[in-house]
Amino acid sequence: MTVVQEQERLQAMAHGEEPVREDLVLGNPTMRDVTARIASIVESKITMKYLATLSVTGAMAAWGLFALYYTITTGIGVWGLNNPIGWGWDITNFVFWIGIGHAGTLISAILFLFRQKWRTAINRSAEAMTIFAVICALTMVLSHTGRPWLFYWLLPYPNQMAMWVNFRSPLMWDVFAVNTYFTVSALFWFVGLIPDLATLRNYVKSSVAKKVYGVLSLGWTGSTRSWHHYEIAYMILAGISTPLVLSVHSVVSFDFTVGILPGWHTTIFPPYFVAGAIFSGFAMVMTLLVITREILDLKQFITLKHFENMNKIMLATGMMVGYAYILEFFIAWYSGSDWERWIFINRAFGDYAWAYWTMFICNVVSPQVFWFKSARRNIPLMFVISIFINIGMWFERFTIIATTLHHDFLPASWGYYSPTWVEISIFIGTFGIFLTLFLLFAKFVPVIAIAEIKSIMPGAQPTHHHDHHGDAH
Amino acid sequence: MSTKPVGVIGEITDVNLTMKVAEKLRDAGFRNWDIYTPYPVHGLDKAMGIKRSILTYISFAGLLGGISTALGLQFWTGAVDYKLNIGGKGFFDWQFSIPIDFELSILGTAIFTVVGLFHLCRIPTWYNKYQDDESFKKATDDVFVVTIDADDDRFSATETASLLTNLGVGNVHLVHATAN
Repeated sequence: MTVVQEQERLQAMAHGEEPVREDLVLGNPTMRDVTARIASIVESKITMKYLATLSVTGAMAAWGLFALYYTITTGIGVWGLNNPIGWGWDITNFVFWIGIGHAGTLISAILFLFRQKWRTAINRSAEAMTIFAVICALTMVLSHTGRPWLFYWLLPYPNQMAMWVNFRSPLMWDVFAVNTYFTVSALFWFVGLIPDLATLRNYVKSSVAKKVYGVLSLGWTGSTRSWHHYEIAYMILAGISTPLVLSVHSVVSFDFTVGILPGWHTTIFPPYFVAGAIFSGFAMVMTLLVITREILDLKQFITLKHFENMNKIMLATGMMVGYAYILEFFIAWYSGSDWERWIFINRAFGDYAWAYWTMFICNVVSPQVFWFKSARRNIPLMFVISIFINIGMWFERFTIIATTLHHDFLPASWGYYSPTWVEISIFIGTFGIFLTLFLLFAKFVPVIAIAEIKSIMPGAQPTHHHDHHGDAH
Repeated sequence: MSTKPVGVIGEITDVNLTMKVAEKLRDAGFRNWDIYTPYPVHGLDKAMGIKRSILTYISFAGLLGGISTALGLQFWTGAVDYKLNIGGKGFFDWQFSIPIDFELSILGTAIFTVVGLFHLCRIPTWYNKYQDDESFKKATDDVFVVTIDADDDRFSATETASLLTNLGVGNVHLVHATAN
């Protein structure tokens, strides 16, 4: 650290700002270096490696879309669902994907409100991930309706039957929550992108790219009169996204809790689902960022400090879900209800015990290594743990859905559920859609929020405030 | 070039000087001027004397619009237009209306905020009178660019330019309109 930086740090502290503990941008680049570095990703030639990866993910997506086509044209009888198990991989995948999205909103909105400067390097890709994950979730939930071409029946619109949707149903709340979530996330993401698209418009050489970024940047100039409104807009969007992210997974959990089935009808579900969503989302951000950082060579911007902070959040949220897993058992016993007690014993030791213990080990045991600083800064290790958590969180949703449904109140109608190739293909397909969209994003959209990175660089903000001080954006 | 200038433009590289120039130009009474920056500079809007944004009111209107739509829709469809008894639940109760009230408030706020932002920033737009100036393009990279428009009452092609130069602004030059 140079003397100048040290002085700036002390000055920032004197103004009541959060002291920067560890450099968030390595190697002291100039602002032009930042522009050039991010723009070079967009301007560089498309490599064979990129095309090869894209064709693999594209093929996965195509295979999934074929399975969807088969489902839609034939009917959801091609899935492994049966009576009593009416929800299987479809809803598991829906909850899984919606949950993944939550980390993006947490990073972009909640960490923004808490003035966590380290979010700036990772918020853009996390927000993109949110949008793509919600697209996958919408794909799952639409296909599970069976006749997705009648999706508009889910919306309140005047029709010839003079009937309206049932607003007392949590499934209806879900329609509103997920669509609001998608719209607000997309708006938030796009508003954040506008200044960076303008930067690219002025930077790129190719005239086609110039035109495309020119149109998308909407004529943004960087005028202080615009920034003045922009910062307020960004703050409001962050402010409303924070309760939104908490509400969306709470509403998703209502799909279960408002029902009266043992194992689902519990008050712990909303916070437990939100913690699990953030947990799984951070794991997915971690998986993607470890790869992106390596391939696009973004080590300067996405540092070990960022990874360490994310690992701490995973450790914390992992223990929250662990607490919920254990508390569920206590409450089942404490409720005195035979059905509740039995369903939880069956969850841990019944037909689906393998799924339960996969979940428990992946989600509760594996993140415990992050108590150690050396583990929090070990990239191969955190990559493996993040994959474990992705798997564990998928199994959490599967366990909740399958164990409650497969043994209902009447032993004569007990059953077991296994997916068919169609459901497995659709799940692979959602990964294909997700990764394809992420790859396209990483190549053609600034993966790092250029303007935000510049605003936290040393010397970016005035050191002497005349009229006021301390009101950060 | 015989056309009248549309304004004068200059470059600043130091953020503290930018603040100083902003305060000086504000105190000199200019109205049609601006400073373009690659990222939001804390306090520069105040230094330029920009009034508080009305965006918060627009957003609040969106919130009110969203929540009244939600309440109105759920009440009218359930308790007025077509009453359906489902499990003996009320036709309308504020308790079950909360999730949708909440989501539509958020949605209304978000849409009004973004539309309001676009309106206040006057985007989308396809034209800016400085757009072809090389200095102007640096404002999205690493330079703070100050412009004073020719239609400002206090503008004078020679004096305004020298005012900027004297304040320490670099590469001060007049900009002429391009055919568009």
